[in-house]
Amino acid sequence: MRGRRAISGWLVVLVALHACVLFAGFFAPYDPTEQDRGRPYLPPMRLHFLDNRGHFHARPFAYALKLAEGSFDQYEEDTRRALPLKFMVRGANYRLLGLLPSRLHLFGAENERIYLLGSDAYGRDQLSRFLYGGRVSLFAGLLGAGVTVLLGLCVGAAAGYYGGWRDDLLMRLAELFLALPWLYLLFALRAFLPLAVGPLEAFFLIVAVLGAVGWARPARLVRGVVLSAKERDFVRAARGFGATDGYLLRRHILPATSSVLLTQAAILVPQFILAEMTLSFLGLGVPEPVPSWGNLLSSLQQYSVLVSYWWMYLPALIMLPFFLGYLGLGSELQERAEPYKIER
Amino acid sequence: MKPERANCSSRRIVFLLLFVLAALFTRPTAGSPPQNNSKEELLVLAGEMGHPGGRLVVALRAEPKTLNPLIALDAPSREVIGAMQADLVHINRATQLTEPALAKSWKISPDGLRYTLVLRSGLKFSDGYPLDADDVLFTFRVYLDEKVHAPQRDLLLFDGKPLSLRKTDSQTIVFQLPKPYGVAERMFDGWAILPKHLLEKPYEEGKIAQLGALATRPNEWAGLGPFRLKEYVAGQRLVLERNPYFWKADEKGNRLPYLNELVFLFVPSADAQVLRFQSGETDVISRLGAENFSVLSRQEGNYTMVDAGPGFEYNFLFFNLSDPTEKTPAEIVQRQKWFREAKFRQAVSAAIDREAIVRLVYQGRGAPLWGLVTPGNRRWQDEKLPHPPRSLDRARTLLKEAGFSWTSASDGEITLLDSGGKPVEFSVVTSSSNADRAKMATLIQDDLKQLGMRVAVVPLEFRSLLDRVTQTKEYDACVLGMVSPDADPNVDVNVWLSRGGTHLWNPSQAHPATPWEAEIDRLIDEQMYARTFEQRKKLYDRAQELLREYQPMIFLASPDILTGAKKSVGNFRPAVLEPYVLWNVEQLYLKNDAVNATR
Repeated sequence: MRGRRAISGWLVVLVALHACVLFAGFFAPYDPTEQDRGRPYLPPMRLHFLDNRGHFHARPFAYALKLAEGSFDQYEEDTRRALPLKFMVRGANYRLLGLLPSRLHLFGAENERIYLLGSDAYGRDQLSRFLYGGRVSLFAGLLGAGVTVLLGLCVGAAAGYYGGWRDDLLMRLAELFLALPWLYLLFALRAFLPLAVGPLEAFFLIVAVLGAVGWARPARLVRGVVLSAKERDFVRAARGFGATDGYLLRRHILPATSSVLLTQAAILVPQFILAEMTLSFLGLGVPEPVPSWGNLLSSLQQYSVLVSYWWMYLPALIMLPFFLGYLGLGSELQERAEPYKIER
Repeated sequence: MKPERANCSSRRIVFLLLFVLAALFTRPTAGSPPQNNSKEELLVLAGEMGHPGGRLVVALRAEPKTLNPLIALDAPSREVIGAMQADLVHINRATQLTEPALAKSWKISPDGLRYTLVLRSGLKFSDGYPLDADDVLFTFRVYLDEKVHAPQRDLLLFDGKPLSLRKTDSQTIVFQLPKPYGVAERMFDGWAILPKHLLEKPYEEGKIAQLGALATRPNEWAGLGPFRLKEYVAGQRLVLERNPYFWKADEKGNRLPYLNELVFLFVPSADAQVLRFQSGETDVISRLGAENFSVLSRQEGNYTMVDAGPGFEYNFLFFNLSDPTEKTPAEIVQRQKWFREAKFRQAVSAAIDREAIVRLVYQGRGAPLWGLVTPGNRRWQDEKLPHPPRSLDRARTLLKEAGFSWTSASDGEITLLDSGGKPVEFSVVTSSSNADRAKMATLIQDDLKQLGMRVAVVPLEFRSLLDRVTQTKEYDACVLGMVSPDADPNVDVNVWLSRGGTHLWNPSQAHPATPWEAEIDRLIDEQMYARTFEQRKKLYDRAQELLREYQPMIFLASPDILTGAKKSVGNFRPAVLEPYVLWNVEQLYLKNDAVNATR
C-alpha cells in the first residue's frame, strides 16, 4: 500500500512540474527570445509586501531596477518606482500547446518588465527561457532516454537470452559503439547536414543522436540480468513445462530487467540534458535564440559568469525537482517490482 | 665546443666568472668566430630605471609550433620569437612609429628606390657570435628563397620582382627596390635577422624549414633578441633566459634586459589563464575578454588592470559573394541573388545596432566600427567616414527600393519577401569557440528579425568554419574578426585585393568580379607605391569609402586591448599592437626581487 501511495505522490509532482513546462506560454510572463538590451544581467527582482516607509501592501510588488552610473551590469533599486505584480495580464502572443493563440499570462507588471529570475546577457527573461527551454530539453531527454532504453532492452535481451554467436556479435557491436570517438563522428555528421537546422529538426536530431550513442551501456546491463535470470530455477522449470521463448521473456525474464532499466532511465534524463549542451556547441543542438536547458546551462561554462552573476545558477537549481522526481519515481517503481528484495 | 652555459641556479658572480673563463679558454677550435673588437654601440632606452634579476611568468594560449621565424604562423610562436629575435628597424608598439634597432640609421635615396642601412657596431648573437652584413644578406637570401616557403616572402616582392641587396662594407647594407614603396622603412620591421654561422649549412642542405623545433638544444639556436632559449618542458612551459649580449641599455648604461628569465606557461583556455593570474602564478595577462577583465578589476588584489584602449581587431559580417560552381547548392545560389544586391547589404548594415554590440558584448570596452581601420589606428583612421546611427526606417526604404516587400501573419509576425515572393531566410555561421562573435551574431539575428528576415545562427567549430568560407564556399553569411598586426594598412592588403586569399567574401579571384572591387584593387595597388603619407592616406580613404558604399564587409565593433599585471612588475606599459604586454619585455623588471626569487 505504501509503495503505491508513494508512486502516485511522485507522479503528481512530476505531472505538475511538466504541466508548467507544457503550458509555458501561460506561466512564462514574456517571449523567451525578446531582448531587453538596456538590462543585461539584471539580478532577480525581489518581491516586497512592505514598502520602504513600512506600509503593507496586499499585492506584492517589486522596485524597478536601474543601471548604476557608469556601469554595465550593476543595478540599484529605484524605490520611487514600484511595480505591482498583476495576475492574468495580457502580454506577448503565444500558442497554448502550440495550437490555441492567446495573450493571457499568469502574471506580469504594467509598463515595465518584471524579472523574477533575472535576465541573461541579452536582457532576456530567465524565467520564461527556463519554462520554454524545458519543453525542448525534457522531451528530448525523455524521448532520448526512451529510445535508448528500448534499444538497450531489445539488444541486451536478444544477446543474453539466445547467447552463442548472436551474443558475441551484439556485444562486440556494443563495445564498438562504446569505443567510438563520438566527438569526431559528430563533427563529421555536422559536415553532412545542411548548415541551418531548424528547431524541430534539431529536436529530433538530438533524440536520434542520444539514442544512437547511449544504447550500448543499458544493453550490456540488460544482457547481464537476462543471463542470470534465465538460469533461475523457476525459469528452468517453466521451460521444462514447455513454455515458449516469447512467454519466458515476457513473463519471467524481462520483468527482472525492469529495475535496471528504470534506474538507467532516471539517470539518463539528466545526463542527456547535459549532452544537449555539448551538441549545441557542435552546432547540432537547438539553435539560438530558441531556449533549452542545455543552452541555459552553457553560459555557466564561462568563468566570469560563474563568479559575477549568481542567478545564472538558478535554472540549474530549478531543474533539481524534475530530476529528483524522476529518480524518486524510478526507485519506487523498482521497490514495487521486487518487493521481496527490500526486506533484508 | 661552444662557450659553456652556466646554470642559472648558481650565483650571478659565479655565472659571470665562468662565462668569462669559458669565453677565454674554450673557444671553438673549428669555425672560430672572427674577433670583433669594435666598441659596442648600445641603444639607450628611456624609461623607468629597473634593477636586474627575477623572472616573469606569462601564459600562452597554446604551445608554440616552432621557434623558427621562417615558418612561424601561429600567435604563440610569434610571441615567443618576438622575445628571442630582433629586426633591423623596429616599430615602437607604443608610438606606432619606427625607431632604430639593429640598424642604427638608414637613408632613403631621393627616388625612393635605394635604402642604405648602417648596422650598429659590436652586435653579437645570443651565443656570442658577432653579427655583420653577411648575416643580413644571408637572412634575406633565405626569406626570398622560394623553396623555403616563408609566409612573409610576398612582402619582399614588388609587382612580382624581389628586392635585391648588397653590402658596401661589413656594417652597411644597400637594399635596392624595383619600385618605390610607400611603407618605406617600416618594411624592415619583423624580419628576424638569422645567424648565418648556425643556419648556412642546414640551408644549403635544404633542411632549414625543419629547424627550430621547441626541443632544439639551447646551444644550437641563437638570436638577437633580449632572451635566448634555456629549457623546454613539453606540454608545460618554455623557459627563456637573459641574452647577455643584448644590444640595448637603460639610461644609466645597465645592459638590458633586466629580467633573468622569461617563462611561458601553456594554459589552453582563457578562463584558466584568468585563474592562474588571480592565484599569482603568472605575472602579466593580456588578450582578456571584457567579462574576465571586469571580474579581475572588481576583485582587484595585488595587480593592476589596464584598459589600453581600442585595438586593431575588427569584427565584421560578410555575405557569400563568391562565384557559384556546379557544386554550390541551389539554395545558396538563390540567396546569393539577395546578397549581391548592394542595397540589401546596406539595409543590413543600417539595421545593425552597433552600440548594443559594444555594450552587450564588450561591456562598453570597445568601439563601434564603420570601416576596416579601427579607432586604435590613430594615423590611418578616416575621420570623414560617416557613422550613421542605426535606422530601421532607412533599412526598410533601401529594401523597398531593391524590390523587397513584406507580409504579416495573423500573430503580427512580419516576413520579408524578395521580388519573386520568396521569404528571406539565411544562416550566419560563427566560430563556436569565440563567445564574443557568437553573441554578435545573436544580436544581429534579433536586429534583422525586425526587418522580417529570418536568420539562423550556426556555431561551427573554427576549422570547419574556415573550410566552408575559403574552400567549399557553402555558407550564406559569416561573422568573423581579424587583427591587423601593424598600423600600416599594407598588412591588410590581402583583405582588400580581389586576388588576396583573405578577401573573404570572394577570395582569390582571377579577375575582379565587380567594378568597385577593380577600383579598390587599383587604389590599394597605387597607394602601395605612392611616396608620401598624404598621398597614400588619400587613396586609402577612398578605398574605405568604397567599402562603406558597397558593404561587402559590414563592420561591427572593435574591442579594447585589456591587460593586467602584478603591481610588482615595473615599466608595464601595454600597447594596442601585438604583443600587447611583452613589446618592451627588455625593460620589464620586478620591483621586489626577493618575493620572486623564493618562488
